[in-house]
Amino acid sequence: MSAEQGQRQIRCLVAKVGLDGHDRGAHVIARALRDAGFEVIYSGLHRSPDEVVQAAVQEDVDVIGISILSGAHNTLVPKILDGLDEYDALADTLVLVGGIIPDDDKAFLRERGVAEIFGPGASMDEMITYIRDNAPERR
Amino acid sequence: MTDEKADRGDDATATDADQGDLIEALLDGKHRALARTITKIENRAPGYRDLVSRLHAHTGHADVIGITGSPGAGKSTLVDKLAKAYRDAGLTVGVIAIDPASPFTGGSVLGDRIRMASNVGDMDVFFRSMSARGTLGGLSTATTDAVKALDAFGKDKIIIETVGAGQNEVDIVRTADTVAVLVPPGSGDDVQMLKAGILEIADLLVVNKADLDGADRTVHELREMLQLRDGDASGAGHHGFGGHERHAGGDGETDADPGDAGGESDGETVDDSQSDSETWTPRIVETVADRGEGVEELVDALAAHRAYLERSGRIEERARVRYAEEIRTLLREDARELLAAEIEAQGGLEAHVDAVLARETDPYAVAEEIVGPLRDCVGR
Repeated sequence: MSAEQGQRQIRCLVAKVGLDGHDRGAHVIARALRDAGFEVIYSGLHRSPDEVVQAAVQEDVDVIGISILSGAHNTLVPKILDGLDEYDALADTLVLVGGIIPDDDKAFLRERGVAEIFGPGASMDEMITYIRDNAPERR
Repeated sequence: MTDEKADRGDDATATDADQGDLIEALLDGKHRALARTITKIENRAPGYRDLVSRLHAHTGHADVIGITGSPGAGKSTLVDKLAKAYRDAGLTVGVIAIDPASPFTGGSVLGDRIRMASNVGDMDVFFRSMSARGTLGGLSTATTDAVKALDAFGKDKIIIETVGAGQNEVDIVRTADTVAVLVPPGSGDDVQMLKAGILEIADLLVVNKADLDGADRTVHELREMLQLRDGDASGAGHHGFGGHERHAGGDGETDADPGDAGGESDGETVDDSQSDSETWTPRIVETVADRGEGVEELVDALAAHRAYLERSGRIEERARVRYAEEIRTLLREDARELLAAEIEAQGGLEAHVDAVLARETDPYAVAEEIVGPLRDCVGR
């Protein structure tokens, strides 16, 4: 394979926002994505929406997986989406949310620009396949 | 590398106009453009070479600092504090943090970002994680090019952070103007190991976690080692990158040793009138990165080395060596590609391998058979 042909690799940011101290799930997901051959940037706990945006923009990730278990998703997720928009990054970033999200809120988040929401019981393969199929084309 | 995504390369028929826009946006200070440029460099996206070519004219202003050390030495934490110190001084900072990739899946978890706690929300610290993916030599090319992008963007200080585990990493960190090697305390054995490798490229030795037991001893050992090296007339420690110049320094006991001309340092241009003027002995700095202790001293030591480079003219010398190495790397890559294409045109390597297996020919003969015609073409 020639070097000019390129070696595209999907980059993901696994982000924990807000006052939610449970990152075991995020660890498991980060590891599974790594094993699927992705490059995973893990944000660490208690990130603010601004920090997530900063990381997503600078790292130029294809996918952001926001893990949120605190119930503040309707406040925090839109802040991230708006921040991405500010840097012209919203259009070609796949935003996923993981956590326990009530159905009403799901509709709201989707409307705001979240591509998919994975609740408890979602399988890792499902998520990986979804990312492979939907990671945005880049120019 | 995930092959199922290889077809994605097709869409990237980057036109000239696109490239121009991207460069313009980058030079204009758009973070998104900088990030995207580095992605193209990392992916070796079609047209990335042209992109880097165009950036080159805008580079040469940043001070590049390499930081290396064993895993857990505290590199990321120290880089965070260092970036903060530079930001407080009104400077802009770019960081490239390199983490290993799985040799099996190509995947990686890039965790250095977690430690960047002092600079969250500050877009003028541009932090980028890179995975050590790709082929031989590819990483150092990608790093050098990413540094160029940050340089052209206008970053005052660029920090490259990498685990000093292999030759690849050593090569990368050597592209910096100043190299700081972190040594954790109580690592007597490690120090022994470092002697032959990474220590030789250090301009600064940082004993991090200096509040731990054994820190004094480590400092002492390092000091001893440096003295040993200074007293050693054969100067085994300063081949290569124009690193630790001691050409007949103040003590006069070492004549500029002729051994320097050989070895791997064929790209080195030593101007004797300059190299006699001043020498640099690696400084030892003690820090406690997570509390920010010693960071000021580190900043001073880095500045002192930078000043030395400028005073002595070594800054240009290093740049010369660096560019020579860069050209060589690119040529190697291009030559390899040419050969790969030629082999492909001849029907692939398999037939040759079969012949070698059957003892009809041998690898040397095959190589000669393929390279011979090329050699004839260039008339050697």
